[in-house]
Amino acid sequence: AMEDVSAKFVSQKISRTRWRPLPPAALQPPDLFATGSWDNEDNRISIWSVGDLGNTGLNGEYHGEPHLLCDIQHNGDVMDMQFLDQEKIVVASSTGTVTIFRHHQNNQTLSADHRWAKAHYHVDQDTSCGGAACTGVVCNNPEIVTVGEDGRINLFRADQKDAVRTIDNADSSTLHAVTFLRTTEILTVNSIGQLKIWDLRQQRNEPSQIFSLAGDRVPLHCVDRHPNQQHIVATGGQDGMLSIWDIRQGTMPVSLLNAHEAEMWEVHFHPSDPDHLFTCSEDGSLWHWDTSANVSEKPSFLHQGGRSTAYLSHSTMNQSVVSAWLSNDPTKDRMEITNLIPNQTLSVNSLDVLGPCLVYGTDAEAIYVNRQLFA
Amino acid sequence: DTVPPQVVPGADPSARQLCFAWGPAEVLVCETLFRRAGRSRSPCPSRSPCSSLFWGEGRAGAAARALTGSVAGTGDGAPSSSRVFVVRRDQDIYIHTLRKLFNESHGIFMGLQRSEEELAGKSRKAQLVQVSKNYRSVIRACMEDMHQAAVSTRDPALQGQYSTQVSILSAMELIWNLCEILFVEAATAGPLLLRLLDWVRLHVCDVDSMVREVLSSESPSKHKLFWNVVDVFVLQGRMDEARHLLSKEASANPASMNMYKILDDLMKKMPVPSLGNIQTLTELELKWQHWHEECQRYLQDGTFASNPHMESICKILLGDEDAILEKKELMTTWYHFLVTRLLYSHPTVKPMELRFYAQSSMDLFLGGESSPEPLDMILMAAFEFEMHQVIKECSIVLSHWWFVAHLTDLLDHCKLLQSHNLYFGSNMREFLLLEYASGLFSHHSLWQLGVDYFDHCPEYGRVYLELHIERIPLSTEQKALKVLRICEQRQMHEQVRSICKIMAMKALRNNRLGSALSWSIRAKDAAFATLISDRFLKDYCEKGCFSDLDLIDNLGPSMLLSDRLTFLGKYREFHRLYGEKRFAEAARLLLTLMTAHIAPCSFWMTLLTDALPLLEQKEVIFSAEQTYELMRCLEDLTAGNPDKQKFQDDDVETTKVEMLRLALARNLARVIVKEGTVEGS
Repeated sequence: AMEDVSAKFVSQKISRTRWRPLPPAALQPPDLFATGSWDNEDNRISIWSVGDLGNTGLNGEYHGEPHLLCDIQHNGDVMDMQFLDQEKIVVASSTGTVTIFRHHQNNQTLSADHRWAKAHYHVDQDTSCGGAACTGVVCNNPEIVTVGEDGRINLFRADQKDAVRTIDNADSSTLHAVTFLRTTEILTVNSIGQLKIWDLRQQRNEPSQIFSLAGDRVPLHCVDRHPNQQHIVATGGQDGMLSIWDIRQGTMPVSLLNAHEAEMWEVHFHPSDPDHLFTCSEDGSLWHWDTSANVSEKPSFLHQGGRSTAYLSHSTMNQSVVSAWLSNDPTKDRMEITNLIPNQTLSVNSLDVLGPCLVYGTDAEAIYVNRQLFA
Repeated sequence: DTVPPQVVPGADPSARQLCFAWGPAEVLVCETLFRRAGRSRSPCPSRSPCSSLFWGEGRAGAAARALTGSVAGTGDGAPSSSRVFVVRRDQDIYIHTLRKLFNESHGIFMGLQRSEEELAGKSRKAQLVQVSKNYRSVIRACMEDMHQAAVSTRDPALQGQYSTQVSILSAMELIWNLCEILFVEAATAGPLLLRLLDWVRLHVCDVDSMVREVLSSESPSKHKLFWNVVDVFVLQGRMDEARHLLSKEASANPASMNMYKILDDLMKKMPVPSLGNIQTLTELELKWQHWHEECQRYLQDGTFASNPHMESICKILLGDEDAILEKKELMTTWYHFLVTRLLYSHPTVKPMELRFYAQSSMDLFLGGESSPEPLDMILMAAFEFEMHQVIKECSIVLSHWWFVAHLTDLLDHCKLLQSHNLYFGSNMREFLLLEYASGLFSHHSLWQLGVDYFDHCPEYGRVYLELHIERIPLSTEQKALKVLRICEQRQMHEQVRSICKIMAMKALRNNRLGSALSWSIRAKDAAFATLISDRFLKDYCEKGCFSDLDLIDNLGPSMLLSDRLTFLGKYREFHRLYGEKRFAEAARLLLTLMTAHIAPCSFWMTLLTDALPLLEQKEVIFSAEQTYELMRCLEDLTAGNPDKQKFQDDDVETTKVEMLRLALARNLARVIVKEGTVEGS
């Protein structure tokens, strides 16, 4: 519900919001998130704490608004951002530079830990200009993969000074986003509607598989992989269309779902509850795609967990659980979709979900936190 | 909009002539080489060294590099005559904390435009009042932030700046609130007074600290400021609080208990207008008259003679102007005096009578000691219901357009400004919105907000948007996509083309042919697609292989955008077929490329050369008919080519032609034999 959402106007356009990952086996909800800004004369990386319940104001009232812990200047627009671990954040810049920032929790400061200057560039890396925007970053500690407007793919290790591997001219059009498929394989999406799989073990500088949208080759802007079923991939396009792909079969998406009216900037499966998916768009909306109604109609033994699931053969698992996202007729399978932001006008550039919490940021210079997503 | 000479540091208008170039949001100023003209006519500015100033620079970001402050100089330490100054307006737009005001009010503005008259009468009015309140709460929130910033900074200059902003914001809220009461809600006699009381209580906060101090002291009635606080409550019509305080004093003075009781009773019985229409105005006036007479009686029979404090309170209750004016320091402003006066003399004042009381209150209060300030004039104009005067004065005094633009828009939605048309532009609402939005567009980050304001200016909004949007620097593809989306949604085809062309050119410069092509496909720019296709073909001719296969192999329907692009796609298809050893299909496609005139003539030689290996295959691929056609193509090329000379001069070309003729003849021979055999069998 809307009343659970707390908002804060922050006087900078927000391009990325990310929850700090929780330590393993943590029970409490996330309490810290990072934001990055874009299109400011002075862009910043900021760390916020969600106003937690213990934090009461002078008059004993409850302060729900996010509270700034620390920030640091960032050169160029923040194009993408991801936590490497509990205290390090990898940031992709429009200047082509990739930086690891460290959040010092004892004295609440941020510092630049390591920097790969102009990891993405046009023509010549050493000239004073010519950096190409780094559009996407994904981490699997210690590995970091970045993609950019230069069509290049870089593989870094957090502990190594130079790139472990670079694929120049990997794509002739702009790469918009990247994510890990498996530990050695990555997925990229580009500006001519293609989804590509790259196997980093192979020395060949070519993708191992290419999927593409039929028809008009609408650019794809974001990609996410189902956390448990790695063959299910979701992408978002320039026309706002959500595409679900089954990378085991075919070269075209399994289903195309329409909700947004402009560019879909981010798509995220809920990391622990992947029946839920969240997307945000330039049109100022944020959709919650819920297929859990479908799941509840399944045989009840699926929910018991523990030993009983062990009796299920692998194929049964697939058939029943998968159908939620891979069905050709989503309406029949009762997918519920809800816009979480009515009446918003400016772009929602980024969102992140973790546990019961959602955080998103907009071009209207506001960040929003919803801590009761499933209430 | 004149620029005082001192805002251009380093430039000396008395020595040299200055030249200007006007942009929608900024002015470029520079000194020319021309001395200040004496008697001779000033020379044509187009010959001045700075004549090349133009407004395409924003995109390139060279000269129009944005700097905070009103003037930014470019050129480092060079003589002043070679400097270009960027003079900006709307300087306050750059104050960080105010961005909250701009962004949050944008949402309210959009809500108001959407709410268009679906409701009628009372509920519509309630809706508009709510919008007005929302705007005010944004001002208040911003004021609090600004106050926090002022308190927490250690830089005295910044502190001064923040404090100034706090008082500007507080004045804005004061004016807005009054406009809300008088114009938006249009409170009628009775409720009008209650609203004005609320207004005074909310905004006269100079005495708040005194009230707090007295109330929190151990024994308030012993405090030296005790009676001041009682007076403040009475002056603001806060009867319950005043009576509560008085009761404390009473219990401390049992001797004068009776006197307190009487005053308390008078204060309790004072008739006040009610918001619900339970009593009519006449009823109220009757009751009030009765109560007034009662007060008069007690005053005259000397009930309070022994206590000057209480006597003065009784006089205030009677609306005695001198008694009220004696408490000048406790009211601090003439408009507080006005409202107190109305409360105790004219509680059923009608909106249209306000102007008389307002004017006389101001005169009495200021007493010729000080002259009214701009804020006083604005409030006075509001009391006089001179809406246009309010807006005009505010436009002059305030340093950005936020306030007047939003207030005017709201008043326009209240249908209060319809009759007024300007002698320039369209109407006042639109004029002010255009000014405000132009200011936003001059800002590095806030330009996105400006778009929606232009959208709601029916007459000139579109033109303004077109002019401004072209000046947004396209630093990344992501930003270009956002600008593009704005243009596409509004069918601004010219701007869409221009953005895509800029991005395509950028990509081309960076040797990103694939990206360049997708930008021109997006703009449906056939000419540019042809240009890029030619680059691909040239690369192929030079290197013998294609770059960016992932793109060319996936052109899809966009291949049809330009003939050359079609050819590129099809030619690549030929190579693929050949590579897959589907020779017959490859041969057929190759021939079609020439006979259907898909291939440009300049490329025919390459295509014919590509036919060579097919002609030399062990198996016969081209049929007799196809071979004849190939021969005709070759002869057309050599005979019909205006550069015939070239072929004869160039040995390599001549050899090629000879080889082709030989290969074609041989193939013809083979195919005749083969076809003859097939037919014969």
